[in-house]
Amino acid sequence: MSKLPITEADLQAYVDAALPETRRREVEDSLAAHPEKAGRVRAYQAQKQALRALFNPVLDEPLPENLRALASPPPIAEADRPSRPFFARWSLERIAAGVFIALFSSVAGWMAHGQYQPGEHMARAQLLPRQAAVAHVVFSPDVRRPVEISAEHEDQLVAWLSKRLGTPVRPPKLGALGYELIGGRLLPGSSGPVAQFMYHDATGQRLTLYVSTENTTNHDTAFRFAQEGPVNVFYWIDGKFGYALSAGIDKDELARVATAVYDQIEHK
Amino acid sequence: MESHAILAEIPHLRRYARAMLGDRAAADDLVQDTLERAWSRLSQWRTDSNMRAWLFGIMHNLRVDQLRRPTLPTHSIDEDDFEMPTRPTQADKLEVTDIESALSLLPDEQREVLLLVALEEMTYVEIAATLGIPVGTVMSRLSRGRERLRMVMDGWQPTVKLRVIR
Repeated sequence: MSKLPITEADLQAYVDAALPETRRREVEDSLAAHPEKAGRVRAYQAQKQALRALFNPVLDEPLPENLRALASPPPIAEADRPSRPFFARWSLERIAAGVFIALFSSVAGWMAHGQYQPGEHMARAQLLPRQAAVAHVVFSPDVRRPVEISAEHEDQLVAWLSKRLGTPVRPPKLGALGYELIGGRLLPGSSGPVAQFMYHDATGQRLTLYVSTENTTNHDTAFRFAQEGPVNVFYWIDGKFGYALSAGIDKDELARVATAVYDQIEHK
Repeated sequence: MESHAILAEIPHLRRYARAMLGDRAAADDLVQDTLERAWSRLSQWRTDSNMRAWLFGIMHNLRVDQLRRPTLPTHSIDEDDFEMPTRPTQADKLEVTDIESALSLLPDEQREVLLLVALEEMTYVEIAATLGIPVGTVMSRLSRGRERLRMVMDGWQPTVKLRVIR
């Protein structure tokens, strides 16, 4: 009996136990005769095992509230859904959906204000720390011209940046944490102007606060931490504002400053 | 019921997103975007079709959109088009012994197929449907991805690629 040659696809399917019995045996015969192939197959099987061992625990992690809430139809999406016959199957499903909403009503509340632009959060949320970190790296080492308008003219700085950003922006006061304002500058963001405020401490360590007004997703986030090379960044989105605090200082120290900045912005 | 079905899939989406992106927050953001889009397009889902494959397809498309969105137009050159000569690096090879780091060195398209096979245990045909590519492409990505992962784990350095980094 002439057998078909064992192909690369056969080897992959063998690893995934996707071959019919007869073919599986043919592959096994071939593996017995070709130790190199057999070694590869063993390595692939080990990869599969390792990947499962590594990522399967995610299945058992408790679901974050925002994801759990999305097991029920979000109000906006439901309103946007015109295409189904109402009574054919929807009435029953709506009851079920209602049960789910009741079940998770405590966590579904946050969604009431949400207007969805799927795909935007992630893209935007990832852009912010990167842009902020780059701006930090570019301007903070500058000895002579780190800022466009220095803290001596804070009034002018505030007036100018507020005018250019089209909304009041003001540098938080971080003196209590040992950081004095050096000044600020205007920078290009993704689609318009953003502001950068720079601070330093007694040792000359510099810290920048990047303020963007470009957020259009109406999707607030909690504090998030990102590391871009040597720069640590804490960032968060609050309404149309995105804030990112960058410095080459350790995470705990930066978290303290970020908390102070957040408090001042919230209670202004 | 869609709610039940979707709730049951969320852990799977999270596991896959975590494996794809490596970062927990980014992965959960992607899952959130996926679920929102799924709800807004529920009318496109047929009751008799596979909910998981449908959701993974949405996630894949979102990711493709996001990768396509970079600030500057870039394109990556297929690694097989160019083999750049490199000096022997046996002595100073970078040890990549943990599978997580090795995985992150794979091209997206290979990692995707590898993970759908290993974690979701999808058939090749299901993967082809989910990603919207021919089965033959699934097979070649799987085979190249596995081999590359093996070599990386063995301490082999991928050849220097001409690739525009965002």
